[in-house]
Amino acid sequence: MYSIEVKNIDKSYQKVQALKDISLNVNKGEIFGLIGPDGAGKTTLFRILTTLLLKDSGSATVEGFDVEKDYKAIRKIIGYMPGRFSLYQDLSVEENLKFFATVFDTTVEDNYELIRDIYVQIEPFRKRRAGQLSGGMKQKLALCCALIHQPKVLFLDEPTTGVDPVSRHEFWEMLKKLKTKGITILVSTPYMDEAALCDRIALIQRGRIMRIDTLENIVSAFTGHLYAVRSNDMSRLNFDLKEFEGITSAYIFGEFIHADVKNCPDGNKLLSYLEARDHKDIKIFPVHPSIEDCFMELMNKEENK
Amino acid sequence: MNKFKGFVYKEFLHLIRDYRTMIILIGMPVIQVILFGFAIRNELNSVNIGILDRSKDEMTQKLTSKILSSDYFILKEYLTDESQIDAAFKKGLVKEVIVFESGFAEKLQKEGRAEVQIITDASEPNMANLALSYTTGIILDFSQSLSAGKERSFVITPEIKMLYNEELKSVFMFVPGIMATILMLISAMMTSITITREKEFGTMEVLLASPLKPYQIILGKVAPYLLLSLVNLTLILWISMTVFGMPVRGSMILLIAECALFITTALSLGILISTVAGSMQVAMMISLVGLMMPTVLLSGFIFPIENMPWPLQWISHILPAKWFVIIIKNIMLKGTGFSYVYKETLVLISMTVFLLGLSIKKFKTRL
Amino acid sequence: MNENIIITEDLTKKFGSFTACDKISFSVKKGEIFGFLGANGAGKTTAIRMLCGLLLPTSGKASIGGYDIYKDTEKIKLNIGYMSQKFSLYEDLTVKENIEFYAGIYRLSTKEIKERSKLLISELGLERSADSLIRSLPLGWRQKLAFSVAVIHSPKIVFLDEPTGGVDPVTRRQFWDLIYKAADDGISVLVTTHYMDEAEYCGRISMMVDGKIAAMGTPAELKSSYNVGSMYEVFLHLARGKNE
Repeated sequence: MYSIEVKNIDKSYQKVQALKDISLNVNKGEIFGLIGPDGAGKTTLFRILTTLLLKDSGSATVEGFDVEKDYKAIRKIIGYMPGRFSLYQDLSVEENLKFFATVFDTTVEDNYELIRDIYVQIEPFRKRRAGQLSGGMKQKLALCCALIHQPKVLFLDEPTTGVDPVSRHEFWEMLKKLKTKGITILVSTPYMDEAALCDRIALIQRGRIMRIDTLENIVSAFTGHLYAVRSNDMSRLNFDLKEFEGITSAYIFGEFIHADVKNCPDGNKLLSYLEARDHKDIKIFPVHPSIEDCFMELMNKEENK
Repeated sequence: MNKFKGFVYKEFLHLIRDYRTMIILIGMPVIQVILFGFAIRNELNSVNIGILDRSKDEMTQKLTSKILSSDYFILKEYLTDESQIDAAFKKGLVKEVIVFESGFAEKLQKEGRAEVQIITDASEPNMANLALSYTTGIILDFSQSLSAGKERSFVITPEIKMLYNEELKSVFMFVPGIMATILMLISAMMTSITITREKEFGTMEVLLASPLKPYQIILGKVAPYLLLSLVNLTLILWISMTVFGMPVRGSMILLIAECALFITTALSLGILISTVAGSMQVAMMISLVGLMMPTVLLSGFIFPIENMPWPLQWISHILPAKWFVIIIKNIMLKGTGFSYVYKETLVLISMTVFLLGLSIKKFKTRL
Repeated sequence: MNENIIITEDLTKKFGSFTACDKISFSVKKGEIFGFLGANGAGKTTAIRMLCGLLLPTSGKASIGGYDIYKDTEKIKLNIGYMSQKFSLYEDLTVKENIEFYAGIYRLSTKEIKERSKLLISELGLERSADSLIRSLPLGWRQKLAFSVAVIHSPKIVFLDEPTGGVDPVTRRQFWDLIYKAADDGISVLVTTHYMDEAEYCGRISMMVDGKIAAMGTPAELKSSYNVGSMYEVFLHLARGKNE
């Protein structure tokens, strides 16, 4: 049995269709990433699965419970961290944690084992009001609060949005540890690089899931031939590459431009083209596609459909 | 600690942390009672009146001097002809004119009744209403002292008699109104704000996705404000009794029970508002415009309901505050028992049951 | 091209006993893209607010486009643009109304407003949506439009506070194309981001840690001085250092 099972879900708000025919299964004890930009429908899917929103059609279960019929049962076994900061700003760290423990008829002491690794990092500030914590601290407290009743499934809606790379890294380390305790984790993020930290991912764009697989499989399914290119004049390079015959796409990636070119097995044709256009210090080498390359390829395919 | 207790505890923490709001909520009724009490009293110390005495007998002179010795009225013009009345009002010389019919004493002796016409300047309805009730009060008092043991009757409407209190203190008339306003403010507005606050801050999402039941969320949210309302009620009563010497002639237990009923009505209104309002701002606007204004203006505590045009009178009937004010005045000032206010109480109870049922039904288990 | 648009010297802001910005000194040249990186709470927002003339520094000197941040805050406001992920456009106004409103704020003439809004709408390919409400546009379009509006008055510098948060990868790159174009037109850009690949797109970068500028230089310089291969590692190195 899957921990989360979603079949053909549709959801519309008035005129806007937020989710189109969404299906996915999440295994028990898996970290499953829902990856896509804002407005892709991630939050809507989370709210349906956390029983906060009714779907238009399709079916969904969490730990075997139907999200509509058995919503009361689901609410007892899930931990939910919504996208917005969901703590009481005027209560202290300790008070927040205690409150969420009592909501689930349990105590902080009974579950301390599970949250200890995370809580020790914020314990020095336990008397501080949650509103006065830094972004990374708030996020850790919110995670503690979502975990305090030992949920079977953890729903984390964009837990790392707006958080700096270091805090994000620490957060993912915590999730990995939770995984070893058998908790299923469904996490959404707009940061594509975080895909590497999930067991499997779903790439979602405009209410549609474009692909579900492991990161390796998604990357190896990339159909283009990718070169990293750089020269002395990057903005002109970007422009010139788009004029190259046989180019599928050219996107800037850090200090290089990733060019997807056809009929150019060794890159020499591209090199001479750029030299002819007066580029200096040209560097061309084949690269493995990143998750962003794959996302963009899929996006373009969806649009051309 | 169980779920519900934990929730209520959290709500009290919120209330205590936001101490500024709490100071306002506790300070406001105190200030309002004192303000209303003194402001209204001063105003009535110097009402200019005119008198047209067609009879000029012993009786009318006695009554005139009783009215003038009350300190609330100053004789500005002694009129001799009906035609002068209109002019006196128009010049703004007087706010009230008392007209004694001719043969006043004689009629009173023979028929046991005589007529006094009281004309007030209704462009200031509040003042006019007060002056009118003061005058009739004095006249009633006069007739009672005259007729000790004998059959005497003046035509006095029961409404005026209800407003009447022998010490002639206007604050008595305002206390029930202030109680209605304050209880409405704290119970309805604060409840609606505190629930929408959870929505606005996104914490409602977490609460709804937890095993907490909607009624537990509602009751937990309501509990601190119920307590605060009771504290305020005690404060208002205590100030009116000690500072202004206001009597509670009826049963104190009945009074508190009726207040508790009204608080429940207001709380359910607050919950109802929170189910429609998406933000604290909207909740506040609905409470202020939809509840506070009608309560202050239409419940009969400032402007008499009888003088309103029929659509407003009709609206005043659906205001819980109107019924509450009637009940409280009866209990406090007239000292009547439950048998006199059971109709109004029934109206309030049915309103409460309806509102509470509706708000719990409308309070969604989902977003 | 070597004119300095921003010059700060020991710029400091204290809130009570807490020092949010501690003696920061840097300069940004005309047409330069300057990356302003740092962990949450490192003092980036405070620094930007001071530079925009919204917050008075406790001590230190700074000038924007030649105007002093203590004395000439009104002039500074006319010469800067600002855009953030959170606030940018009015959702209940249309594309056109937003453009006209912002152009109006910066005292452009009616003729200029008309010309520029027409140009801007055609550049962004928004002709069909010119009369639709902002809230009906996808986030990516909104952010691109917000940027274009922030530079509609050709300011000397534009401040971008996490402009690409949550935007899809294609739009994110189109957004950077817009930034490059503005820089080519001589507008300096000061940008904060949590995407480390975007740090590479900046001409120079400053890394703030605990209110101080811990490192500054081109992405290549920073990477080689810490002997690492990516800006993410530079960030990790600097921001981690203080945690342990």
